[in-house]
Amino acid sequence: MSPQPTSDTAKGPDDAAESQATLSKEIADIESAYTEDVDGGKKPETQPRLDYRPYRSSILRHPTKDPRHADPETIELFSPAFGHRDIGTLESDLTIQADGEPIGERIRVTGRVLDGQGRPVRNQLVEIWQANSAGRYIHKRDQHPAPIDPNFTGVGRTLTGDDGSYSFTTIKPGPYPWKNHHNAWRPAHIHFSLFGSEFTQRMITQMYFPGDPLFALDPIYQSITDRSARDRLVATYDHDITEHEFLMGYRWDIVLTGADRTWMEEEDDD
Amino acid sequence: MTDHTATPDLTPTPGQTVGPFYGYALPYDHDSELVPPGSARAVQLTGVVYDGAGVPVPDAILEIWQPDENGVVPRETGSLRRNGFTFTGFGRAAVDPEGVFSFSTVDPGPTEADKAPFISVVVFARGLLNRLFTRIYLPEHTEALAADPFLSSLDEAERNRLIATRGADGSLRFDIRLQGEEETPFLRFPGHED
Ligand SMILES: [Fe+2]
Repeated sequence: MSPQPTSDTAKGPDDAAESQATLSKEIADIESAYTEDVDGGKKPETQPRLDYRPYRSSILRHPTKDPRHADPETIELFSPAFGHRDIGTLESDLTIQADGEPIGERIRVTGRVLDGQGRPVRNQLVEIWQANSAGRYIHKRDQHPAPIDPNFTGVGRTLTGDDGSYSFTTIKPGPYPWKNHHNAWRPAHIHFSLFGSEFTQRMITQMYFPGDPLFALDPIYQSITDRSARDRLVATYDHDITEHEFLMGYRWDIVLTGADRTWMEEEDDD
Repeated sequence: MTDHTATPDLTPTPGQTVGPFYGYALPYDHDSELVPPGSARAVQLTGVVYDGAGVPVPDAILEIWQPDENGVVPRETGSLRRNGFTFTGFGRAAVDPEGVFSFSTVDPGPTEADKAPFISVVVFARGLLNRLFTRIYLPEHTEALAADPFLSSLDEAERNRLIATRGADGSLRFDIRLQGEEETPFLRFPGHED
């Protein structure tokens, strides 16, 4: 562990003395101030706040100056190209990467990656990582005393199709405890890493599952102060994706920021 | 094929922090080696990521994306499985426990005549709720730097913080400060709300 001057330096659960009630009050106060602002005519927010005190690790890690407006230049109007040489075809199925079957609820998560104009983001890299069904990551810093699943690494990669679609077969992750405050638990989530057709669209986010009782308590999810914006991170259960006697299906579409480059006939390079 | 079924102006999906557990997922073999280290054209790009207390951040991960020495924007695939010969222009580097990152790359060339070349950077970290974009300019192109419209929109101290320092061994040094007096200027592109 490295030195961290913030309150997330807790060495263990007992050091994280702040209660959920304290955190929930902060979360509620920020949201009600935000709602008042929007009612007063302020434009709704669509992204998380970088300065969001309830997520204690953000206190010393958010810029305090406004970002500088920049018009994207040539390199930023392109994205790195990924292709089939970059990824094995089995990397989108997280349930077949070991000799045995991982334990948990088998699911498929599928959807489309679109730009702000609704155009599919084609042949681009999508990476995911997640905890296993017990809420444990294969990561040396994860100290949660839940079992590691020898048949599950929780890492997947794929390329989007011509319609911007992606699909992963995996196991539903469990919620897990963290040290933001006492008895802090993250809602179950899958981390998603996305590239667009321009580097300015690069983003990393987290996908959640519908109806999670931890949503209201979680400072990371709640750092998106706008309710409808937060909802965009929640997948939809889709029985048409669910497969008979095999897996449960979830749909989640991702919209990247608008591409600035004039849409060009450049889809000849794969 | 151009897609004409576009729906205008969808609202972007919100970002979220990369969290602490990306370490077994995002890094990959040779991820930070856009060219093989020690090869004739290789330039080391290195620096430290600091938080607002001046403490190195041990759990940040950076990506760079850049043209080659001649200003050509790479369109080659193969960044995830490097063959040692193809310059793909993309690299990824998780910082070490002291907050230090290091890439093996080349000096980018200008994509247009007289333009100041730069390396595009995106920063992710635990505790950072959304990605940050910035640019690393090269110190040598003094005329192009002076004429650059974006750099000219910054005050001198901020401008200097976007220009790397050249080491005697040819390496580029560029520190990233997430917060504070010496905070790195981060960029907002049109269409970004944060
Ligand atoms: Fe996580």
